[in-house]
Amino acid sequence: MNNLIKGEKYDWEMVIGLEIHAQVKSNSKLFSSSSTKFGSSPNSQVSLVDAAMPGMLPVINKYCVEQAVKTGVGLNAKINNYSVFDRKNYFYADLPQGYQISQYKYPIVGEGKVTIDFKDGTSKDIRIVRLHLEQDAGKSLHDQNPSKTYVDLNRSGVALMEIVSEPDIRTPDEAGMYISKIRSILMYLDTCDGNMQEGSLRADVNISVRKPGDEYGTRCEIKNLNSIKFIKQAINYEAKRQIEILESGGSIEQNTMLFNTSTGKTRPMRNKEEAHDYRYFPDPDLLPLEISQEEIGKIKSSIPELPDELKNKFIETYNLSNYDASVLTAEKQTSDYFNETINSDSELKDHAKIVVNWITSELFSLLNKNNLDLINSPVSPENLGQLIKLISTNEISGKIAKDVLEDMFSSGKTARQIVDEKGLQQVTDQGEIEKVIDEVIAENSKMVEQYLAGKDKLLGFFVGQAMKLTKGKANPKILNDILKQKLIKKN
Amino acid sequence: MKIDKNTINKIARLSRIKLDDKESEDYIKDLNSILDWVEQLNEVNTENVEPLSNISSSILPKREDVSNDTNSSEEILENAPDKLEGFFAVPKVVE
Repeated sequence: MNNLIKGEKYDWEMVIGLEIHAQVKSNSKLFSSSSTKFGSSPNSQVSLVDAAMPGMLPVINKYCVEQAVKTGVGLNAKINNYSVFDRKNYFYADLPQGYQISQYKYPIVGEGKVTIDFKDGTSKDIRIVRLHLEQDAGKSLHDQNPSKTYVDLNRSGVALMEIVSEPDIRTPDEAGMYISKIRSILMYLDTCDGNMQEGSLRADVNISVRKPGDEYGTRCEIKNLNSIKFIKQAINYEAKRQIEILESGGSIEQNTMLFNTSTGKTRPMRNKEEAHDYRYFPDPDLLPLEISQEEIGKIKSSIPELPDELKNKFIETYNLSNYDASVLTAEKQTSDYFNETINSDSELKDHAKIVVNWITSELFSLLNKNNLDLINSPVSPENLGQLIKLISTNEISGKIAKDVLEDMFSSGKTARQIVDEKGLQQVTDQGEIEKVIDEVIAENSKMVEQYLAGKDKLLGFFVGQAMKLTKGKANPKILNDILKQKLIKKN
Repeated sequence: MKIDKNTINKIARLSRIKLDDKESEDYIKDLNSILDWVEQLNEVNTENVEPLSNISSSILPKREDVSNDTNSSEEILENAPDKLEGFFAVPKVVE
């Protein structure tokens, strides 16, 4: 695979690492009992701890710790029995404490890895450096008032998991696949809701470029990207910017960048004259976090089947391709739907590939058109199963089945009802099909002559005519066979 | 380690504290004498000794994940020097 991008003078390779911030799915914040609910009125979910009133002390949320451990297990990572909370010091209006409680030297989760799957059937491991727990900051709104910034502290203190990857990513697509995979794992584990629009999952991207085989170049960090599309755009733009500088003889300055979503460009954050000096030190308000092997074992045993295990199971049980299986397992709702569909009738197990196609192309495109999620699909897995059974037993053709599915989608009727009401059963009766073909041949004697003279393409025309007469219900295979026989006899 | 004028200025800037020349001189003296005193600890051999993180040998207390759903906005904004539409209002910060 060629992952290089062309500059004016040389070919370049991107080196990309991601820091993903995933909001822990919990009822209350990491160190206080305030609610984590999204979209409430400003400053309505702020305790005295979150507002950093003097004398307030943090008390850690047990469930958030368990969620972090669970996620660590899902990332095939080492869980550390001992970790420490540190203060990361900086001043900003939405950080009332003047420091963020985070983990620096001793994170709760150590090295791990996730696998991404490519369309061509190959896959690649992306190594994880660490996962640590930290507090989220409040939210600043800069565009509500010409002279003021508004601050809402509802998010202040909500638990985040920061997941740091090694710089193993080489293309914008790989970056997209990596974050999708992390999102998928988090959602199967139910440790993060994965909602990128609401900011529950966002990423900082570290990127540099180099000539293949060279040492890593100087990197820039693009902050706070909250969609896969923006991540790819930002990487593409930033890589081009760096290549232009390098090819014109300049050098890259290590910098923190912001991505402007409307122009598609990155620009350096101001205020960089003073490089950040976070002065990390252990938070004296919090004892080290110790987790016993027994507790870790208990959490491990509560973990559901994860996408990769499920994928392998699908490949083994149903003989699906690696890619099909990874599409099915990317989202839990899809794998659940597939499971329910294929288990709705014992005979469907032999037609797994057809089931996959009907879910991931026909049903998905209808859902897309109607702006619906699979969860709200008007067609239940059982009903889709029934439709596929009708196809696999040759009762209706695949082409007619598409119309039936659309009808099911809008009317809510079952496939059986629609096929019976409209009389859509395939015509498989030899005699009936022969009659139609005779008619077609009789009506198009000129074309038949041309066909016999070597114009093979006309076969499609005869099939079309015959289909029209049967309203598309003739079994295509039988129709084809009889048609060919009859035409040969004419010769 | 010695604290000089540059270091004290940097620490003051990071802490958002404004120092005049006289204060800077005082702090340089104070901090240096504290560092000298701490420096004495280096005379103790600490090889193979784990850092002490906990003198009480108690464990980190944890709470259950229960949220209290009380609306805090009025109380929280009570001491704010400036507020608007339920938000803290601060001088414009633009990155």
